[in-house]
Amino acid sequence: MNKKQYEKIVKKHTPKEDRFINALSAFIFGGLLGVLAEAITKLLRVIFNLTVLDATVWMMIVFIFTACLLTALGVFDKLTTFFKAAIIIPITGFAHSVTSAALDYKQDGLIQGVGSNCFKMAGSVILYGVISAFILVIIGVIINV
Amino acid sequence: MSSILFKNVYINDNAMIVGPYEKAGKLNFNNALTDFYDNEKTFEDAEIKMQSTVLDKLLYNHNLRPDDIDVIVGGDLMNQITATSYNLKDYNIPFLGIYSACASFAESVIVTANLLDTRFFKKGVVITSSHNLTSEKQFRFPVEYGALKPKRSTFTATGAVAALLTNQESNIKVESATIGKVIDYGIKDTFNMGAVMAPAAARTILDHLKDLKRDINYYDLILTGDLGEVGTNILTDFLYQNNKIKLKNHLDAGMQIYTEDQETFAGASGPVALPLVLFNKILNQKKYKKILVVATGSLHSPVMCNQKHTIPAIAHAISLEVK
Repeated sequence: MNKKQYEKIVKKHTPKEDRFINALSAFIFGGLLGVLAEAITKLLRVIFNLTVLDATVWMMIVFIFTACLLTALGVFDKLTTFFKAAIIIPITGFAHSVTSAALDYKQDGLIQGVGSNCFKMAGSVILYGVISAFILVIIGVIINV
Repeated sequence: MSSILFKNVYINDNAMIVGPYEKAGKLNFNNALTDFYDNEKTFEDAEIKMQSTVLDKLLYNHNLRPDDIDVIVGGDLMNQITATSYNLKDYNIPFLGIYSACASFAESVIVTANLLDTRFFKKGVVITSSHNLTSEKQFRFPVEYGALKPKRSTFTATGAVAALLTNQESNIKVESATIGKVIDYGIKDTFNMGAVMAPAAARTILDHLKDLKRDINYYDLILTGDLGEVGTNILTDFLYQNNKIKLKNHLDAGMQIYTEDQETFAGASGPVALPLVLFNKILNQKKYKKILVVATGSLHSPVMCNQKHTIPAIAHAISLEVK
């Protein structure tokens, strides 16, 4: 049997993922998270009399802190199995990836362990985030000229 | 020729310990951890402790001192087979470390049986372990990340198993063995270990039957190790389409450990999955007289997978005769 024929057998017996349901749940729960973020921002503006920009930054800090805390308490990984992409794609997922990697390498020391490994997964987000921001700014400048 | 017949090698006893998930599963285990740390500081230490627990228990049951053991053969999933090597630094036993991922148990038995058959060695021990979280850390994502897994993925079993092999007659005879070849059918999907390993299992089963001129129905049971549900279906289909062999008396160890609602996807994997099922279920049932144990291992390395290489696999077989 050659590899092509084998691939067919593998395809036949490999279960399909529920892409539609996953996408729908990400849309609904991700959307709800957005609503929550908007509510927190509004609340912060009313209570502390902040500008929109300041209130947004504080809202993000609340989300990041909550995600890190839930990861450290060992709850976040259980939430991801239910909410999936809805909480992985927003900033909560980014905070979670840094905290979980740091926890994994806690026993390996502060430099060789936590220091060199905590951006193991978040590193790509930072690198390509910066690069795409750079490119977008250039495009923005060109368009505005 | 890749098969060998043994004159008088017997499995005399075994000792095992499992993790919390396995304890909550389908089989009954007496000895289990309550959590993944087991009062140790790290998961790695917990795996080493599991190995020393089973080895101590085996020695204690037979009133043996470490000096009485002529050779110990074993391995695990960690880099540099850490759990096995670090455990054995506290014992004074000649040690051969082996690695063939989840096929390690069968490879250990083959090596030990050969040494015992020379009659220069009287008592040998095979040992293996795996820990769900040490292997998650090593092969996949950080433990607390809880990365989402597809339905075709398998779940590394936590536990350790040690078995005593000697020339003294017992109910379980190691009758013959077939050494596997490294097989690569071009699968790159690290989640689909069943698909990676099924052709290796098929190759070894066919080699074994051909070398020893046996029919597949010669065996009361063919027990494959950790193919999982996906791999089992692929193996059955592969053997039928390729060789017109109907795989009837077959069980897969990966499918015997967890219950449906444990969210372990296609089933258990890891070097302990097969011996746990073999010693805890199959040999206790006393239902099968001739058993072909086919341990399958995926020989992937995260580095090679990142560099887009396909994944090679291996399977080793041992034939057991039960009285």
